[in-house]
Amino acid sequence: MLTSYPVAVTSPYSAPSSLMDVLQVLILVLVAAAATGVVLIRVPVRQAIALSAYGLLLALMFLAFQAPDVTLSELTVGAVALPILLLLTLAKVRKREK
Amino acid sequence: MTPGQRRWLFFAGLAGVLAFYLWGMKGLPGFGHYPGPYGFILNRIAVGQTNATGVVSAVNFEYRGFDTVGEEFILFIAATGVATVLRRLRDERAESVADDEVAGPASARTSDAVRLAALLFVGPAVLMGWYLGSHAQTSPSGGFQGGVVLATAFVMIYLAGQFLVFRRISPVELIDVVGAVGAAGFAAVGITAVFLGLPYLANFLPLGTVPGAVSSSGTIALISFFVGVEVAAAFILIIGELLEQTLIVRQGEG
Repeated sequence: MLTSYPVAVTSPYSAPSSLMDVLQVLILVLVAAAATGVVLIRVPVRQAIALSAYGLLLALMFLAFQAPDVTLSELTVGAVALPILLLLTLAKVRKREK
Repeated sequence: MTPGQRRWLFFAGLAGVLAFYLWGMKGLPGFGHYPGPYGFILNRIAVGQTNATGVVSAVNFEYRGFDTVGEEFILFIAATGVATVLRRLRDERAESVADDEVAGPASARTSDAVRLAALLFVGPAVLMGWYLGSHAQTSPSGGFQGGVVLATAFVMIYLAGQFLVFRRISPVELIDVVGAVGAAGFAAVGITAVFLGLPYLANFLPLGTVPGAVSSSGTIALISFFVGVEVAAAFILIIGELLEQTLIVRQGEG
């Protein structure tokens, strides 16, 4: 049983829904491509940078799906904080190996 | 087991996972069809009940505030764990750190362009972090995001080659205390409500008269502030410990 509710809020500033559909499909494809890229890159430092770019795309995806709060969290954690922690850890491990 | 047998085992497992996955997908609501009802109910009543137009913050810090207390302490405990694991090593080679700090860790290697760009971003990052942390009740933002952005301002200062400055403006002892105050502040807001004879984390402060004003929403804004303080301190602590650790290893074996 599926009750229908109004899904999207419309305002004078709303983009046409067809445009939003195109945007959402586009960003989903980009996210899938970026995720594959992060997995395929085998050099850890480059992987951390790619992960940051992937986090940025993911943030844009949340924005395209009308979740600005999640966008902010993803931007700060996925695109900035996580790559920084990874890079610092890599720097530490590398120095220890030498 | 031969590679051929192993492959068959893999395909059998894959088929099983795929079958369950598709079965599970079949039960999901259609794309863009939220089955409700909580989101719709909250959209209707949240602003009236809390005077917070940032409904996501109202959910995080009010309706499901008890969950958020737990989440906040996850980060607090993670930071404590990192500090506990990494600090023992620092004490062992404390003298070599002092040498490195005098020399300036990154200054020898960081290019001027990176240092300038990093310094330029410090001010905007502080402003943005403060805005996000203090406007949870009005717009999409909140203490968590604000705290992380504030912490990145400190990372910028380090990137500008100023580890000494980074340590001077965020001494470990102070950051420890600030983080603890932030984490405890959230819990204390909840307990204060109990002492007033209300349920734990009940909104006991005046909600203000104008929905969406910065001074509105009572404890939601206050809790967001405490979360911002705690998150900023936790991230600065974790990053600071890792930085120091990197320096120690660099110095100890260089």
